[in-house]
Amino acid sequence: MIRRISAIGAVTWTELVRLKVFYFIVIFALLVIGNSFFLARFSFEEEFQMLKDIALGAMSIFSALLAILASATLLPKDLEDRTIYTILAKPVSRFEYLLGKLAGVFLLVTLAVILMGGVFAIVLLLRTQIVLHATAAELGGMPAAELQAALQKVRAAGYDPALFSAGLVILVKAWLLAAMTVFISTFATSAIFTTITAFAAYFIGHLQSTARDYWMAGGDLGPVAKIILALVALIFPDLQAFNLVDGVVTGTSIPPGVLFKTLALGCGYIAVYTALAAAVFQTREL
Amino acid sequence: MRRTATWIAVAAGLIVFGLARLPLERSLETAQQSAYLRAESLNLGLRDQLGQLSYAAALSGFRSLVAAFLWIEAHTAWEQTAWGRMAGLFRTVTSLQPRSLVYWDLSSWHMAWNAAIAAYQNPKEPSEFLRRRAEREYQLLGKEFLEQGIANNPDRYILQERLGVLLRDKFSDHAGAAEAFGKAASMEGAPPYIKRMAVYELASVEGKEQEAHEKLREIYDLGPDERKPRVLTLLHELEEKLGIPENQRRVPVAPE
Repeated sequence: MIRRISAIGAVTWTELVRLKVFYFIVIFALLVIGNSFFLARFSFEEEFQMLKDIALGAMSIFSALLAILASATLLPKDLEDRTIYTILAKPVSRFEYLLGKLAGVFLLVTLAVILMGGVFAIVLLLRTQIVLHATAAELGGMPAAELQAALQKVRAAGYDPALFSAGLVILVKAWLLAAMTVFISTFATSAIFTTITAFAAYFIGHLQSTARDYWMAGGDLGPVAKIILALVALIFPDLQAFNLVDGVVTGTSIPPGVLFKTLALGCGYIAVYTALAAAVFQTREL
Repeated sequence: MRRTATWIAVAAGLIVFGLARLPLERSLETAQQSAYLRAESLNLGLRDQLGQLSYAAALSGFRSLVAAFLWIEAHTAWEQTAWGRMAGLFRTVTSLQPRSLVYWDLSSWHMAWNAAIAAYQNPKEPSEFLRRRAEREYQLLGKEFLEQGIANNPDRYILQERLGVLLRDKFSDHAGAAEAFGKAASMEGAPPYIKRMAVYELASVEGKEQEAHEKLREIYDLGPDERKPRVLTLLHELEEKLGIPENQRRVPVAPE
């Protein structure tokens, strides 16, 4: 079973790579590197803050786009090319086929996040070193203790281990979006429908917690409003739970317990969406 | 028939999963809010400030990205000395990223220092009274930024320290500055010099000489590292002023 899933995953990965999706990494690198030169006009604290804002924001956008767009085309393309019939004619179950497809997208998204994280880490490291050298040169005549305090301030503004955790959460969110999109594509009639529905779910997912809070609070809401809020709260994922970047860029660290719970929730969503996708796909007429 | 049954099962699965994850999501939301990782929901007032597109982006989880671009816009406004526009952009940026100390700190600094001085030196305004009033308004705006920043970051000392500096340098409010420095000094991670700054300010407050003297003595007794020239000078001055007997003085002779 693992061999069959890996084979389908590898083929999916190759197909996606051939679509030249990694060109966006060049755009990401240009955005981060270009901005780092422009941001050198600011104080180092502003510069590092904005570099993190822009890089992590761009990582979130690109990984979400990649996850949704890559997953939305998987099933419709195979149906259109009739590849799916050849694959399912072999001793491969629909569940294995679906898992293989998802594995290919997961691999693609993982590599993309690692590459973007790598570019970001290199730029941040270089800019921190440049600012450290400039600070050491400027404050050369100051007492050693004060110089060390100034250098420590620069290091603290630049390096932050929480950035790694933020990258991990971005990755799990992208996996979740991929699983959700594959689920949508199992009942969708076209790639366009899947893409539009997935993006709509993405936006609604970011408002899910607001809907949930209103629904749980009750209040003066009418029955129709209550039903709509309940459906939003129960059907859509809480994507705000994976939006920890805003806090991390301000120097807030993610406590291990919170990180674990967030990742566990993400894995739960992925498992359930995959199971539902398999259930729908099992009965779909091909 | 089988497809209908599947769809009923899928719908039921979604609802059951939704109900099962509700308590986990709520507890996670509380934990994330306690760790300052989850900001408050955006209000409708912010929509007018941001415009539809940026508001949608901020709602979609890109608050920090929108804030960074608006900050760059504010920097351009600074180069054009458009102070009013800067103030508006700063309000939006700090609303989007209320946990960013850099944004609060620099917003306050731009308003209380740069904008205030520019307002006072405005060549287009002949009335000194009006120029002074504009200067004071910008200083108050800078103070307001710091106070709001402190309300959003009650666990961090930096903005309290900046408030102390602002009250000392722009408002000559030594009692307020002493209180702000004192609060900053009591917070985690605060460097020891803030405690000294609190006492320096207290020493300038009429009627607080005794309290300032006691605190200065505490600092003096911490050891030679804390006996900075200003500590010694102030301690001597207060011992003179309060008439402390010669044999009880820490600094009986005026430091050079």
